[in-house]
Amino acid sequence: MSNIPETGRTPRVQIRLVIIQVLVFSLLLTLGGRLWYLQIRNGDEYADEASGNHVQRVVTPAVRGSILDARGVPLADNETRLVVSASRTELLKMKDDGEAVLTRLAGVLGMKPKEVMDKVRLCDSKTPQPCWNGSPYQPIPVTDEATTQQALQIRERSEDFPGITAEPTAVRRYTAPAKARTAQVLGYLSPVTDEEIQKAKDTDSPYLRSDQVGRSGLERTYDKALRGKAGVTSYEVDKLGRVMGEAEADPGVPGSHLVTSIDARVQAVAEYELHQAMKTVRKETDKITGRPYEADAGAVVVMEAKTGRVVAMASQPDYDPNAWVGGISAKDYAKLTGKNSNYPLLNRATQGQAPAGSVFKVVSASAAVRAGYDFDDLYNCSSSYSMGNRSFANFESQGHGPITLGDALKYSCNTVFYRLGHQEWQRDGGLKAKKGAHDWFYRTAHDFGFGSETGIDLPNEVKGRIPDRHWKQAFWEANKDSWCKQGKKGGSYVEQIAYESCLEGNQLKAFDSINFAIGQGDVLITPVQLATAYAAISNGGTLYNPTVGKAVISPDGKTIEEIKPESHGKLPVNAGTIKDLDKGLRSVVEPGGTAAWRFGGWPQDKIPMRAKTGTAQVYGKQTTSWFATYTDDYTIVMTISQGGTGSGASGPAVRNIYDAMYGLDKEGNQDLKRALLPKPQQTLPKIAPDGSIDAPEVKPYVPPKPKDAEPVLAGPPARRD
Amino acid sequence: MTGAGGFSVPGYGPERGGVWTRLTARDSVVRRLDWPILLSAITLSLLGALLVWSATRGRTELNQGDPYYFLVRHLLNTGIGFVLMVGTIWLGHRTLRGAVPFLYGLSVVLVLLVLTPLGATINGAHAWIQLGGGFSLQPSEFVKITIILGMAMMLAARVDAGDQVHPDHRTVAKSLGLAVLPMIIVMLMPDLGSVMVMVVIVLGVLLASGASNRWVFGLIGAGAAGAIAVTALGLLDEYQLNRFAAFANPELDPAGVGYNTNQARIAIGSGGLYGEGLFNGHQTSGQFVPEQQTDFIFTVAGEELGFLGAGLILVLLGVVLWRACRIARETTELYGTIVAAGIIAWFAFQSFENIGMAMGIMPVAGLPLPFVSYGGTSMFAVWIAIGLLQSIRVQRPISA
Repeated sequence: MSNIPETGRTPRVQIRLVIIQVLVFSLLLTLGGRLWYLQIRNGDEYADEASGNHVQRVVTPAVRGSILDARGVPLADNETRLVVSASRTELLKMKDDGEAVLTRLAGVLGMKPKEVMDKVRLCDSKTPQPCWNGSPYQPIPVTDEATTQQALQIRERSEDFPGITAEPTAVRRYTAPAKARTAQVLGYLSPVTDEEIQKAKDTDSPYLRSDQVGRSGLERTYDKALRGKAGVTSYEVDKLGRVMGEAEADPGVPGSHLVTSIDARVQAVAEYELHQAMKTVRKETDKITGRPYEADAGAVVVMEAKTGRVVAMASQPDYDPNAWVGGISAKDYAKLTGKNSNYPLLNRATQGQAPAGSVFKVVSASAAVRAGYDFDDLYNCSSSYSMGNRSFANFESQGHGPITLGDALKYSCNTVFYRLGHQEWQRDGGLKAKKGAHDWFYRTAHDFGFGSETGIDLPNEVKGRIPDRHWKQAFWEANKDSWCKQGKKGGSYVEQIAYESCLEGNQLKAFDSINFAIGQGDVLITPVQLATAYAAISNGGTLYNPTVGKAVISPDGKTIEEIKPESHGKLPVNAGTIKDLDKGLRSVVEPGGTAAWRFGGWPQDKIPMRAKTGTAQVYGKQTTSWFATYTDDYTIVMTISQGGTGSGASGPAVRNIYDAMYGLDKEGNQDLKRALLPKPQQTLPKIAPDGSIDAPEVKPYVPPKPKDAEPVLAGPPARRD
Repeated sequence: MTGAGGFSVPGYGPERGGVWTRLTARDSVVRRLDWPILLSAITLSLLGALLVWSATRGRTELNQGDPYYFLVRHLLNTGIGFVLMVGTIWLGHRTLRGAVPFLYGLSVVLVLLVLTPLGATINGAHAWIQLGGGFSLQPSEFVKITIILGMAMMLAARVDAGDQVHPDHRTVAKSLGLAVLPMIIVMLMPDLGSVMVMVVIVLGVLLASGASNRWVFGLIGAGAAGAIAVTALGLLDEYQLNRFAAFANPELDPAGVGYNTNQARIAIGSGGLYGEGLFNGHQTSGQFVPEQQTDFIFTVAGEELGFLGAGLILVLLGVVLWRACRIARETTELYGTIVAAGIIAWFAFQSFENIGMAMGIMPVAGLPLPFVSYGGTSMFAVWIAIGLLQSIRVQRPISA
């Protein structure tokens, strides 16, 4: 026992006890350090994470405002439908990613399981429609056409359908009063995407995950006003989602109504007549190509001449906007966007462009006046115009001798404008423009609003094209490489053209200017540009920004925000010249004019009609029919792509629209009781404080019986422009 | 060293006089108790009662509609634990020494019983015996004590008798066999957390016994090899592996295996310096942290009492361990030293594992935090351990 110290322990044990103590306290120090790190150093971070944990936001979507016609008839409103939705987050928690549940659901809904599964998958670059392009955290609608029976089944057997809800929901409805679809003008909605949420996060109009966003047409332009603001209530919840208290409540703002200048009845007539005109012309054989007219697309714009407000706007081919509601099916999507769809989503009135043809002659006549030519001087309307060894013929090579510019419009004489265009080109220096060249024809075209947007309140309007010296140069620079590669001297027609373009495509040639004077060549215009320009001639020279929206009215009708007509310029000619143009255009429908045969019996003394026909040649295609008309109150422009002549294809349709608006029969007798809109609608519809809208009934359009109408296509042999 | 029982220790306390006099006399047991340990243990238990209460008062699915259910029971457990401590002191660890073979045998039988149909499975571990009336017993907690006592008895017997300076290899081997038998049974439950604690206890016991370094390093090596073998041979259940995977990467699956640790860390982290106040923790009242009244009780302290409150728990545990180390160093006989060292290893590792997993620096294992976590058997065991420590201190001869 001698080596055992007094404490009873050996040094080995003593040392080891110290080691134990050191180990123990280093463990405690580690814990203390970690505690400091978590709570003091990184505490804020965890506090944030914790608050995200226990706040549940309940979103009460704002009911989207209606889109009304000028008298209050709803063009787009909401209806309550039973929407069955699936929560992806819930489904993904299941072992089979919810396949069993979705298969059961498909059984209840009478759909194919694959159909249901496709609807709830997420869109990406490799996934074709149908797929969900909204937020993955938002319940995904499987159908919005569930019956009460189906909804009850899903609710009562909720244990069989975890993650599936069936609830009455306000769903967009495009009402198509009197079959007026107004499809491209109204646009459509689709769910908000994650990128959009991110982008709009810090703006004054952030999106919620549940939001539907206007993708085109009025739905897009007026999205913010229509959408309103969803109510959001934040609840503090526990892990099981039980509510422990209300943290914050934001009541939200219901969407406002948009009153448009569209008149559902006129819209219905316009849509019907456009469609009918295209159907009719397809039965006729094109003499040039020897094939029936394709009439593949068309548009009509009815505008208030004094304000630029759009009363009707139709575009063919069209579609049923309701196809988008509740998620679009694969078949519908292909029909709307596929290669063979002919793109019905495009609004041809604002997004379709074509060479102008003779409707452009009001520009050329104005340009001539600006260049110093007198409107009432006599200009030789020869049967053809020669430049060097090339000859430019009049329509069907008819000559009229020396005539005024007014008569040149009446007869749509090409040679008068060829000559003027050519002379002006020479005066400006020909191929090499001299300094300070006026370029009156091109400048006037720009001043009439062509080559730039009209500023209509519909998205993605196209500009058209005025092929002036600038454009020539820019276009050549952009394309010369490919032209020079493709071009071959003495090769095929295309190769020869490419060869010439490669060498001197940047030059504004005499040939270009001659063609431009009658709206041919590289010039492109849109129907809405043309309507704006003709409305300006009608109203004394003001170019209005066309508008469809007329007022934004709060759901209780108390706040009215009018959308006033705005102008983007004046016609570049004085009042006298405008009168001269007006007179010339009036003579177009009078005996001898190119559109006279379409206006037999028209009460010209009571409702003076002005018109201009146009038949534009398009390389490789059949001619484009243009018809631009106006009265004191309205402008109507119609175009049919590959539809033949202006008066031939579009004439009867435009006449029928006027007849319906003014209440005229074929003999020109006016019956104001039948008249849909003899004067533009001035007042706004009334919206009662309780939100109800007193809208008049819309009767379907009854087209005039064929026997009342003139023979559709037989016309004076040589006056058809 | 002979004498009667009672609160006076034979040979040291006054033999006569009233109870009060005896309790307050200069040499009385009460005077010689280690008060810092006792007060720390009481404070920890009462703090635990508050935290358990906060964690369970909203959990109607657990507390049978009575918000005080767990509070009352925790206090009751503490009271029973206190009585057990008093009993242990009264008996004295030396008296208990004679009963060790019996106690050891009893604890082994009890853990065996768990493997029979009498046992109940909670959270994947088959570690409980249902006693009825809502009471259950977790025998592995008692095994921790009997391993300490059993090994200490064997290792110290010949050293304390003066026959040896250090326990010889044979004795060490036998004492290890004694520890391994119940450990295997507990492993079969499987209650991996408790086995880990027992391994550390054995290590502490061997260190304090003065057994040769070869044994100590051998045991550390064997522990490491065993851990690797268990993992490699797939002896662990999937949930156990997942816990380790989630420990390595808590963001792995925040809704799945990493959920506990993630939520636990959020709870502690959001407490800050002062905490959100008792009963005010969002994570706690929102029940985002599972097993919060037992394994994750520290998160309640972290969230509701903040760095100050949670730090206090660490300090109190530190006091207990510091005093225990002193007791281990100051006692004259090896038996007491080994018992104290075993208890230190047990408390230290179990606390470190429990708090460490709540803070994400240790893998998840179902171990209670001594005194603080809700759980009867655990509470009884730690209070008996306190009784042993006190007894070692009280019975230590005062030098000079």
